[in-house]
Amino acid sequence: MLNYIVRRVLYAVPILIGVNLITFTLFFVVNTPDDMARMQLGIKRVTPEAINKWKQERGYDKPLMFNHAEDGLAKFTHTIFFEKSAAMFAFRFGPADDGRDIAHEIRTRMVPSLAIALPVFLLGLGVYIVFALTMVFFRATYVDFWGVVLCVALMSISSLFYIIGGQFLISKLWHLVPISGYGQGLDAGKFLILPVIIGVISGAGANTRWYRTIFLEEMGKDYVRTARAKGLPESFVLFGHVLRNAMIPILTGAVVVIPLLFLGSLITESFFGIPGLGSYTIDAINSQDFAVVRAMVFLGSLLYIVGLILTDISYTLVDPRVRLE
Amino acid sequence: MAFKPVVLWTDALIYLLVAVVLLFVWHVRRNQHLLVPWRRVSHSASGMAALTVLMFFIIIGLLDTVHLRPAVGNANDGAREQAYSVEVLSLLDLIATPLRVRVEKTYSAPFAAHLYARETVEFPDGRQTREFPRLKFGGAHLQDPEAQLITDVALRAGAGGGLGLLVWSLLLILLGALVARRSGETFISALSAIRRGTTAIPWNAVAIVLLLILLLCGAALTLCGNYHILGTDKVGQDVFYQSLKSIRTGLVIGTLTTLMMLPFALLLGITAGYFRGWIDDVIQYLYTTLSSIPGVLLIAAAVLMMQVYIETRPELFDTIAARADLRLLFLCIILGVTSWTGLCRLLRGETLKLREMEYIQAAHAFGVSHWRIISRHILPNVMHIVLITTVMDFSGLVLAEAVLSYVGVGVDPSTISFGTMINAARMEMAREPVVWWALLAAFSFMFALVLSANLFADAVQNAFDPRVRTLSAKIGTLRRKKLRKAPEGKAVSAGIEDPFSS
Repeated sequence: MLNYIVRRVLYAVPILIGVNLITFTLFFVVNTPDDMARMQLGIKRVTPEAINKWKQERGYDKPLMFNHAEDGLAKFTHTIFFEKSAAMFAFRFGPADDGRDIAHEIRTRMVPSLAIALPVFLLGLGVYIVFALTMVFFRATYVDFWGVVLCVALMSISSLFYIIGGQFLISKLWHLVPISGYGQGLDAGKFLILPVIIGVISGAGANTRWYRTIFLEEMGKDYVRTARAKGLPESFVLFGHVLRNAMIPILTGAVVVIPLLFLGSLITESFFGIPGLGSYTIDAINSQDFAVVRAMVFLGSLLYIVGLILTDISYTLVDPRVRLE
Repeated sequence: MAFKPVVLWTDALIYLLVAVVLLFVWHVRRNQHLLVPWRRVSHSASGMAALTVLMFFIIIGLLDTVHLRPAVGNANDGAREQAYSVEVLSLLDLIATPLRVRVEKTYSAPFAAHLYARETVEFPDGRQTREFPRLKFGGAHLQDPEAQLITDVALRAGAGGGLGLLVWSLLLILLGALVARRSGETFISALSAIRRGTTAIPWNAVAIVLLLILLLCGAALTLCGNYHILGTDKVGQDVFYQSLKSIRTGLVIGTLTTLMMLPFALLLGITAGYFRGWIDDVIQYLYTTLSSIPGVLLIAAAVLMMQVYIETRPELFDTIAARADLRLLFLCIILGVTSWTGLCRLLRGETLKLREMEYIQAAHAFGVSHWRIISRHILPNVMHIVLITTVMDFSGLVLAEAVLSYVGVGVDPSTISFGTMINAARMEMAREPVVWWALLAAFSFMFALVLSANLFADAVQNAFDPRVRTLSAKIGTLRRKKLRKAPEGKAVSAGIEDPFSS
């Protein structure tokens, strides 16, 4: 087991290097730092001095990959690639455009992101499974049929509509909870209710339908027929056998996203004014703060790879048939 | 009227796509085995109803694709070259000219005759009052809007609905005649078969949807000349016109993205599965790396960089439309590059399975070349996966466009799309009283498009995917059996005697 995990982690290293190279190419080779400076300082009427100053402030005034002016190892370390891209492996993201340290921002903003993403994830998982089970229990009746119709309709509505509609109806018309904002400690509760509910509803259509398919597939297996042949009541077959076995694909599918919960949700956070990583990313995109976007891309891929490793491990834990060698 | 045709990049690709689709249809019609799953699609009531709605959207989108630059000034001076307007218009723009040019001052509600905000109006004798001024175009033909508005709208809507009904009846007669000729029945019995829904293709579902569309279209057609039927936005533009224009953007993103990613996915997926070895390793590494970057972030990074590229090179584009269009194309390419990994993985898995089949082994033994095996034996057998992914991805892409435009990495702000409409209108929910119509229009058009795409995708998946087919067939037989036995029978009993469980 340990052997396997070590190998999996080692396998993740070349992928992370690949991600790093892709971001490096995107941010420094496709457009040179000069282009970025010109974009930020205004396209026309920009002096070379201003560009140089902008580059110097951000440390972009070095050669890309290879520094001829230096000696020895410094030929490689005093370059944009080493200082801006490779340094991300040590979680040194450098300062954002407003001068604050990105790594520190990420640490403080993780908590609000998690405060929304985690309840949405857990509550969602529970609610979708209950809905899907209900539909499977009443399969081939009108409950099932209209349930699927409802799922398809829910899937077809833009997530923006859920947020805007929810804010308008619950906060503006009924004045039940504040429209947006965030507080410290328990105070945050009243700000979190609405985004969490909306998060659960907006994922309901696709997920319920997907879980229903998983359950139905499981219903066709031989052991279900055997259980029925033994004379077990249908409810016991469903909740005792099918649910347990169907949880394997459902749980392993869910494990992948657990690490990504730290990143939060881009639109939910910015609509509700929650100071998490999602709104941080959006602000960075809007103000064209390339350093932050670069850091978030790297962090996102890192978390995704962690999720993949966790998935493989969770397979062995929930399904004794799977052996990792 | 003189004009100069303009073919933007996305236009050219759409023409290419239409040509490919026509070629594909022609190919399918000649091959019985390819026709069978499509027959199954055509037997699905929800699928055909959805297709009818989609066709309506596609027609509008295609009308909006033919671009031209109308001539300005007169060209009679012979020697002087004809000058063309810098504004690029589409056929839809020309048809909807009244909608396009009738711009009010600012917000006005649907069917309003007055502006939405009070303004200071000065009378000829110098007095000033603050009131809601009359609109320049909306309801301008009415003497006394308070009294006449409702009856006028009702009359016009009724006339338009009547027109729609007339067109529908003509189409229905045509359809009845067609069905009668095909099946050799009389015209009356064909019509009653359509009504009862006993025809092989569920024409009754199509007819009902068509009736709804035509009624709405007729009413909209007669009303939009005199009113802003969906209101106007902040700068007084007609929201109905914007909604119509958004359709093309949505369709372009939904279809061209797939067109962009298909070459990558097909080439890499099949070669990885077919050649295995180090080629497989390299390709697997490539798509694992790309897919491990969260989609939105990769798209955001790529679009930011594209913005820098376009902004710093303004000399490359001669018109605003060309620039906006290129940005749209770039967005499609970026979405395609980030989304080919899923299909690539599926294709690799299927090819791995196929290459062990006996007929492929036989082809090897006969010395058939690799590329010939791939093109003759493997490619046709993975096409159903490509088709299912294409139709399933479409609705997701249309929805993604709105979110991306909100994030600020979507289409050019000058391109009218659902995303830009929502983005412009969302702040107005905070106004008092609320400006709701722009959002509602964008969301309902989007809902209609995405819902019909989803339903059609389901029908296609049901017909082509053998795994889903057995599942849905099982449910289908179960439902029919139970409905025959007891209309509101308990599900439990039906579950126990479920005999189809393989």
